Amino acid sequence: MKCLLSTLILTPWVGTLLLALTPRLSPKVSRSVALLFSLSTLGFAALAWSGFDPAAPGYQFVEQHAWIKLLNVSYHLGLDGMSLALVALTGLIAPTALLASWKLERDPRLFNLLFLFLQGAALGVFLALNFFPWFICWELSLVPAFFLIKLWGGPGASRAAYQFVVYTIGGSAFMLLAFAALFAATGTFDFVELAALARDGGLASAIPAPALGAIFLGVLLGLAVKVPLFPFHTWLPSAYSEAPTGASMFLTGIMSKMGVYGFLRILWPLFPAQLHAAAPVLLALALAGVVLGAFAAMAQTDLKRMVAYSSINHVSYCLLALFAVAGASSLNADASTAALSGALLQMFNHGLSASALFFCVGILENRSGGKRGLLDFGGVRTAAPVFAGFCGVALFSSLGLPGLNGFVGEFLVFRGVFGLAPWTAAIGCLGLFATAFFLLTFWQRVFHGPQSPAVAAGFRDLSTQEIVTLVPTVTLMFVLGVYPQLLVSLFNPLVTAWAVHLP
Amino acid sequence: MTLPVQLLWLIPALPLLVAGIGALTRHRGVALAAIFAMAGSFALSCLALAGALQDPSVHATYNFAWFDLGHGALRLGFLLDPLTALMTTMVTFVGTLIFIFSLGYMKEDKNFSRFFCFLSLFAAAMLGLLVANSLLLLFVCWELVGLASYLLIGFWFHKPSAAAAAKKAFITTRIGDLGFLLGLLWLADSTGSLLFYDGGQGVLEATALASLSGQTLACGLALSTAIGLLIFCGAVGKSGQFPLHVWLPDAMEGPTPVSALIHAATMVAAGVFLVARVYPLMSADALLAAVPVHALTVVAFIGAITALMGALIACAQNDIKRILAFSTVSQLGYMMLALGVGSSTAAIFHLLTHAFFKALLFLGAGSVIHAAHHEQDIRQLGGLRTKMKVTFATFAIGMMALSGVPFLFSGFWSKEAILHAAHEWDVSHLPLYAGLCAVVLTAFYMTRLVAETFFGKPRSHGAEHAHENSAVMTAPLVILAVCAVLLGFLGTPYWPWLQKTLDPHYEATHGGLGLMLLSIGLVGAGLGLGWALYGRKLRTTAAARDPLDTAAPAVMAVLADRLGFDELYAATVGRLNSATAAFADFLDRYVIGGLVTFLAQLGIFSGGVNRQVDEANLNGGFDAVSESVRGSGLFYSRKQTGETHGYLRVVAVAFVLLALVLALGGVR
Amino acid sequence: MTPLHLCLLISTALFCIGLFGALARSNTILVLLGIELMLNAANINFIAFWRYGPSHGAANGMIFVLFSIAVAAAEAAVGLALIIAVYRHQKNIRLQEATVLKG
Repeated sequence: MKCLLSTLILTPWVGTLLLALTPRLSPKVSRSVALLFSLSTLGFAALAWSGFDPAAPGYQFVEQHAWIKLLNVSYHLGLDGMSLALVALTGLIAPTALLASWKLERDPRLFNLLFLFLQGAALGVFLALNFFPWFICWELSLVPAFFLIKLWGGPGASRAAYQFVVYTIGGSAFMLLAFAALFAATGTFDFVELAALARDGGLASAIPAPALGAIFLGVLLGLAVKVPLFPFHTWLPSAYSEAPTGASMFLTGIMSKMGVYGFLRILWPLFPAQLHAAAPVLLALALAGVVLGAFAAMAQTDLKRMVAYSSINHVSYCLLALFAVAGASSLNADASTAALSGALLQMFNHGLSASALFFCVGILENRSGGKRGLLDFGGVRTAAPVFAGFCGVALFSSLGLPGLNGFVGEFLVFRGVFGLAPWTAAIGCLGLFATAFFLLTFWQRVFHGPQSPAVAAGFRDLSTQEIVTLVPTVTLMFVLGVYPQLLVSLFNPLVTAWAVHLP
Repeated sequence: MTLPVQLLWLIPALPLLVAGIGALTRHRGVALAAIFAMAGSFALSCLALAGALQDPSVHATYNFAWFDLGHGALRLGFLLDPLTALMTTMVTFVGTLIFIFSLGYMKEDKNFSRFFCFLSLFAAAMLGLLVANSLLLLFVCWELVGLASYLLIGFWFHKPSAAAAAKKAFITTRIGDLGFLLGLLWLADSTGSLLFYDGGQGVLEATALASLSGQTLACGLALSTAIGLLIFCGAVGKSGQFPLHVWLPDAMEGPTPVSALIHAATMVAAGVFLVARVYPLMSADALLAAVPVHALTVVAFIGAITALMGALIACAQNDIKRILAFSTVSQLGYMMLALGVGSSTAAIFHLLTHAFFKALLFLGAGSVIHAAHHEQDIRQLGGLRTKMKVTFATFAIGMMALSGVPFLFSGFWSKEAILHAAHEWDVSHLPLYAGLCAVVLTAFYMTRLVAETFFGKPRSHGAEHAHENSAVMTAPLVILAVCAVLLGFLGTPYWPWLQKTLDPHYEATHGGLGLMLLSIGLVGAGLGLGWALYGRKLRTTAAARDPLDTAAPAVMAVLADRLGFDELYAATVGRLNSATAAFADFLDRYVIGGLVTFLAQLGIFSGGVNRQVDEANLNGGFDAVSESVRGSGLFYSRKQTGETHGYLRVVAVAFVLLALVLALGGVR
Repeated sequence: MTPLHLCLLISTALFCIGLFGALARSNTILVLLGIELMLNAANINFIAFWRYGPSHGAANGMIFVLFSIAVAAAEAAVGLALIIAVYRHQKNIRLQEATVLKG
């Protein structure tokens, strides 16, 4: 248990190395090996969960070793309720995404290798508590993602991959600069130390306010592109829609969470005053993401783009909650707790439902020979009732139907935001409406009505392996919808404390 | 024996269990399981009712934590009071009968078990809605009945019209639900709780109500009025009230038992139930004088408009189910009217009687449609009186109950209670006049419906060959018909048992005999008019023109077109929606996307400039230097011939020169 | 004409003969011989300046010569080895033809 977190991060990378060193592995074996290494995260996450005490303050399973003495860089890992939830989500989505790519024909070894690499990097982002290792993982995740999109993606994949990487790196560059400045002023890269400095005013006294504002903007830019926050989102629809199914699942399920996680772990604790000052603007941007994201999805005829836009809408809920809390002018602990719990739940729930939706769209694309237009399908429910059932659950989960997971998070977000910024919540309801509208349009066009030629030509129902892929996520959708305590218990003490004073 | 409130969850749990099983298997036995589960729930409801009747003024609650939130927890709960118990008993009873009817009606459908799965899901959600002691739990179940309704309207999803109707129903009710959600959020934020009754802490208890009605908003409304009206938005959507009624007639695309259960008896009445449930909140502003409007006034006028409008449109429809659907809209308007004018007991009384006779009418219509090979146009039917005797008799009872034929039929008593309450209302008498007009119209269109469907000669192949259905379909009709008669006697002015149960402070008011006579006269007028136009001279062919159509074609065209609401919404809301979507897409693709592309192009352009500068100027200098170095290297390397003698010669010459320099220069 | 002048004249003659040999012959061995002659001319100069110079008590002139002879011997050995290697390579030892390493 002593270096559990390192093991957690390194195991997928060991898998990468293993696959890299055995070029002649048969596709079947390489898939199984990759799946096994990918599943290890779930196992270790369960181990961490069993040893985790939600009520204890601070980080747990901490590992801290000096690394680069000259720069005061340390190898600092730690875990709290939020990271644990996200690690568990990674452990769930990554194997699912690998299973979803099981039938991949082109060089499965390389695909799996890159995928495991990506998984390890994502875990590193969720666990690192020092900017240095954190940023390494943050940037490392781009490399495999780039190749996954470019090499296995659709017709416009090259362009989408370039756009994705350049855009994200562009944002990260500002963040790197900002942290370099922060280091120059404080002499530390450690998030915990920096947060403590920010709390006791050391940061504000070490750096003049305009400079601190600029640093804040730099970090904000890096994170905003990753999430993405409106209007930095235009890379997302093309990247998500051109990526292969498995990569889309991981991108939307995990990588968009990296940004939100950064907001909660870095931006808010380090720059509370700046965030408070910028909150009205940011709140408006998040609101634009909620409403315009949903309405833009309504205008899409490409199913993958539609689901991608719904992702923008859903992730914006998390940011809406955070900005409402950070910008609150008076203390409303109930509302803040609800908003933050909602944001964390929404992160997890969106990971589940969006990745399931991408998988379903991937199946549609796969079965019809690459078609993914809204009007290419019709009557799928008669041809594939089981598939329709699973996809329906995912759609309604994404729509926020009570009884499924999406509702609890969205309700709590709205409950909190309403208490802190009522008009924002009221306008945000338009997003809920538009989401229902386009998801039902999706459902009606694709599954109902007479069968389209593409479907009538022989649309197979789900294979056993595909059912196995979907069952865990769909089961969790029900479980978390009925019994959210399972997840909430992890981070409730954390959130309760945040609502009163900053993390 | 009574059912304690702690076990109240069993009532929705039984159908939910069957729904879960039905989702996993396609065995036909699901149907029987569903019927038994409903019957079991009915038995449990009766036990709960027995308990609730012991002391009608008690709100027995059982609250529990759903999940931790902050230092406390988000709590949900169950509530047992006469309102809940009466409603669950009605829903389970009518539900059981409709389930049994469906056995026959859906016998040949290939998704037979799926149908019962969805029906059970609906029943579970509906019962959950009724037993909820938390506005949040109620909202959860509220959305789930919406889902079940969606699934069942679109049950024959291969028909595009059914799929479109299902979507329309879900979206339209969701518009109302957003208002409901906002009201719920506001309530949660201002009271910190969503439980109805919680030992003095609940939102429907004196402390919270006093604080809510004590706060005044910027617009002059009391806080409780604003919250109440937002919650009422949900009821408007779900109960098909003006202006969100457009989905209900389209919902008739679903199988007829669904129309009977969901879109007549139970779900659409959930809006009425909701307002009745939060009645203390809705009426909290009643004593405030300085507010611009009371929440209940809005409810009354919306109800009155809906009652009149539904009845008007029903007169011009030709589809048997659509006539009944608009009739439902109209009757729900009556219930809202009753709530608005301050008589929640009359509303619930009418809700209960309406549930029975409207379920009866829909099942009767289903029986006709089933027998006539899915012919639904009343112009194509006709002459079924002799072919389907049981259906005709029970349908006639339902028709008379709905029309309010005096004394014997339940609809008469509940409608009287509503009109009486409207008469007592001191704000305005307009709702009363609207209600009285609707009385005439109701009697009129029901007479038209019965005359066209059951009298005269069969006018189509389907009607020609119709014959009575099996007992599994007629038995529920008979039972419902009996109830449609008997239920009215629970709430007559002479023995207002139901009113006293629902409201322990109820005091029977006397008088109003004149109003009763007036309304009896109006019913008679409606029946007479209907018979005069449609009964005396029966329709002979399907193509023959309707007498009203001949009399006033323009009016009938507008009514047949449902007053143009669908077109209006398509032109406004629909277009606004698409325009916003197009705008968002445009913004993304061209404005933001364009900006990003511009930045990228800017980057590429500056790179190009940089390259030009480099190649032309900087590189040239470096190139020249390195070229000269290379040239001199080449020159010297050519001197290196490899011939040793050459080298030696150079050495010798150099030596001699050196010696000469030394000798002549005299270097010391 | 002092004995020193005589010695210097002899060594000059010897040097010129050696130089001529080294520059004019094409046989590598003869070129080497010429170089040896020039070396020995230098040796004679060393001895002569030592014998007739101001301080002939110390044996430094003789030691220079001994070093020079030793170096010349080593040089001759290396030179001959190179000549053999060149011969093996191009089957003759004509100096004009050994131009493989030119620039």
